[in-house]
Amino acid sequence: MKLKEIAAVLNATISCGADKLEEEVEMGYSSDLMSDVLTLDTDNLILITGLVNLQAIRTAEMADIRAIVFVRNKKATEQMIELAGENGLVILESPYSLFKSSGLLFQAGLKPIY
Amino acid sequence: MKLTFTIQGGDFTNAGHPSSEVKKVLKQLVIDGKTIKNIVIALYEAEVNVVAHAWKGTVTVEIDEKKITMLVEDEGPGIPDIALAMQAGYSTASKKVREMGFGAGMGLPNIKKNTDELFIESEVDKGTKVKMINYF
Repeated sequence: MKLKEIAAVLNATISCGADKLEEEVEMGYSSDLMSDVLTLDTDNLILITGLVNLQAIRTAEMADIRAIVFVRNKKATEQMIELAGENGLVILESPYSLFKSSGLLFQAGLKPIY
Repeated sequence: MKLTFTIQGGDFTNAGHPSSEVKKVLKQLVIDGKTIKNIVIALYEAEVNVVAHAWKGTVTVEIDEKKITMLVEDEGPGIPDIALAMQAGYSTASKKVREMGFGAGMGLPNIKKNTDELFIESEVDKGTKVKMINYF
């Protein structure tokens, strides 16, 4: 799925990386636990999370994850957006819950990792 | 090439800075992407361990043509039983650490998974040394 399609499905605002919305991601992973995200061997994925802090951005950076959706209407801080920008990450913010966001993206064709 | 960094216990804002710098250097050296990911994930996990559990620490990274050696040393409570700490799911992390998205007892097992060689030495109430080596 293109990132712009994901943003549309999730009624999301784009707070970082608006120039990268034509990029494709194949899979999604929903977790508030960064320890689990760091165990993934896959990298062409979007992280869907309600954990809104700098470590979510750092985790994406280390795990070569290019896009993050923050759910439950949570907003990234300026410091997070700055760090995401330095690393070329896309940040989307959705008003939907983690469950609803994951369900809508699964229905739209985004694949699970396992 | 040698890089050194300091880490403060409890400082989650800067956790990941050393890993980020190491990643930039490795990218410039045109190391394979998968190898870089293994290295920086291992270092990041080790950094988070220091921030989560110790009082302060240092990261020393040495890169030569064939390998990267990363030494993460801390002054902290130490690990009484390293074999137990290596078990997936075993954790002594605080509520604060868990709220940051860590502390699930996955750190040391994940470091093991992402490194070619791993050596851990620890002394209770003194600190812990974690040495990680990855070959290019």
